[in-house]
Amino acid sequence: MKQIYLDHNASAPLKAEVLERMLPYLTQHHGNPSSIHWAGRAVCGALETAREQLASLINADPAEIVFTSGGSESNNFVLKGTAEVLAQTGRHIITTAVEHPAVLEACQFLEKRGWRVSYLPVDGRGQLDLNHLENLISAQTALISVMWANNETGGLFPIEAIGQIARRHNVIFHTDMVQAIGRVLVDVKQATLDLASISGHKFGAPKGVGALYVRSGTLLEPLVHGGHQERNRRGGTSNVASIIGLGAASYIAQRDFEQNCFYLGRLRTRLEEGLFSAIKGLHLNGAVDTGNRLLNTLNLSFEGVSGESLLLNLDMKGIAASSGSACSSGTLEPSHVIAALGVDPLLAQSSIRFSLGVENNSDEIDYVLRELPPLIDRLRKMNKTA
Amino acid sequence: MKKRVVVAMSGGVDSSVTAALLKEQGYEVIGMTMQIWDYTSFTAENGETFGSCCSLDDVYDARRVAESLDIPFYVINFEQDFQQHVIDNFCAEYFAGRTPNPCVLCNQVLKFELLMRKALELEADYLATGHYAQILNEEGRPALFKGLDDTKDQSYFLFTLTPEQMEKTLFPLGGMSKVEVREHATRFNLKVADKAESQDICFVPDGNYVRFLEEECGTGHKNGEIIHHSGQVLGLHQGIYRYTIGQRKGLGLSWSEPLYVIGIDADNCRVIVGEKSLLSRDSFELYRCLWNIPYPDAPLKVECRIRYRHQPVAARVTPLAAGRAKIEFSASQKGVTPGQAAVFYWGERVIGGGWIV
Repeated sequence: MKQIYLDHNASAPLKAEVLERMLPYLTQHHGNPSSIHWAGRAVCGALETAREQLASLINADPAEIVFTSGGSESNNFVLKGTAEVLAQTGRHIITTAVEHPAVLEACQFLEKRGWRVSYLPVDGRGQLDLNHLENLISAQTALISVMWANNETGGLFPIEAIGQIARRHNVIFHTDMVQAIGRVLVDVKQATLDLASISGHKFGAPKGVGALYVRSGTLLEPLVHGGHQERNRRGGTSNVASIIGLGAASYIAQRDFEQNCFYLGRLRTRLEEGLFSAIKGLHLNGAVDTGNRLLNTLNLSFEGVSGESLLLNLDMKGIAASSGSACSSGTLEPSHVIAALGVDPLLAQSSIRFSLGVENNSDEIDYVLRELPPLIDRLRKMNKTA
Repeated sequence: MKKRVVVAMSGGVDSSVTAALLKEQGYEVIGMTMQIWDYTSFTAENGETFGSCCSLDDVYDARRVAESLDIPFYVINFEQDFQQHVIDNFCAEYFAGRTPNPCVLCNQVLKFELLMRKALELEADYLATGHYAQILNEEGRPALFKGLDDTKDQSYFLFTLTPEQMEKTLFPLGGMSKVEVREHATRFNLKVADKAESQDICFVPDGNYVRFLEEECGTGHKNGEIIHHSGQVLGLHQGIYRYTIGQRKGLGLSWSEPLYVIGIDADNCRVIVGEKSLLSRDSFELYRCLWNIPYPDAPLKVECRIRYRHQPVAARVTPLAAGRAKIEFSASQKGVTPGQAAVFYWGERVIGGGWIV
């Protein structure tokens, strides 16, 4: 059976070039980078090179990069670490209704401990009202956390404008930029960011590694205590091979950025235009303006079809896409993001996300364009007779 | 072209063997588990988590079995449908003074309507389950029969199956004994081979249905009197839903003879008790009857089963208007319980059934 992977926002494949860079650190160099001897030194240098590579990708200083286990740890680190340090000054956080669960559930955890959290709504186009955001800021506001790119719709938020608002009011500004890395030009200085979460496996590094950008001088209590690693900001022996993979993936993302954007944009347009011309009753969810959307993401609702049935049928044809977010048992829950957009509940149940990667090609897109329209037809007919 | 079959996998031995056998027989098998109840909402007093049909542990087991068989596996979220079609009915029945049978409804609506539909949406030819029952051809039409293993027979729970559903249903275990099924499980090296049988009602894993009803619907409903069938008030009770026909324990009454619940008067919130001899009945009525034979226009001789594991007894069924029927036993029976299903057999064959009024 054909296998066509269109779920890169869930996880992207490890790049061969990245694996090649990692292998010596799995097979030969086993030292602990914190050790003073030759074995440690052999690893330590490579670790710092990786730090420089990631720093260069986002225009940060290498000392501002803290390696973590991934995006969820970085988001938890920000919320709990900031809460610990800033509890005296204020107990208010501003975030959005469409963040990743790693932000939303960490916020709910803080709410149970007496913090107040404002969840900014989005409009039907997935956009925030920045005046509303600014009006929410008070002397108690400790943190603003707004994602750069939405994992489900690909919608982009105006991070630079929000950064200026945060700076004007002297509030710490964090962005979850897990989906933006490698797909959007990211410059932490221009965006006046204080904190930014990064995940490796969304752009060609392995799973289980990520980073947090911490602007020099930003106060943050560690989430993981127990070591002087990462300048005392994150305990635990460094995940050496994966971090080196993260560095290599950063280097590649920077090197191939323009070419990737051009390629992905063309591929996504082929899919989007092909589907809209072949299928009636099709709706684009969120980020209606192409300029405000990740180049690789397409979130669609198909009238009269259940997203779950569609997803399983696509799987049977070898096409991997997604719908909502997977819960612990692997069942599908209605998406909080699509709901926040004000999409009609029935249409929300019919949503499917395609997220492309540079490994995809136009033959694969054409296969989807051949298979999907008759499938939609068949499911719609079944629903009518039921 | 291989025939495609969706197997309803619960994570237990029976449905796991079902999937393995069908794969061995050359079908293209897809595993599906219905997520019907959020078990994280239930915590027992001792903090233990209960393993029961469709709990997260069982979803995990089903997934591992599917992986070992190398078949696609999907978890389908039916929590809302289960609440609407099974749980709400379960509560309403108890509060109406009846003793419901949620397993029949779950099979009828969740498995053979909704899950069947999911299977057909995936272009499956069949839905298969691990039930101990058989579908055999009877004069050109599919008919439901008891499972060959009389101790495991589950045909009672399946009497609502329509011929259209039976045409698209496979029960590979129907002709086997539990011992054979366990042997197959061992032969297929299934990790669930030694798993215990699931007991009780799956969404009431501790068996305490009163706790469940009060958590779902609150307390303080339907309190009233316990009266002797002669009319004498003997005491008070904390809700009619705590009682079922034939119950003797927990009445807290002193009387010259042991007393049993013989009736529940929901309108007046009364629990009616009486001596043992009053538990037996010669006849009763059914509603919402279904027939797997042409609708009978005259009384029929059948064997009638009035609850799961009840040995069917000879009876006469007289169809009445509006889907009702009257049952007359050849010898009086104990435990005719409103809310339970009564199922009619001709020997091994299920010919119909209905719900006890």
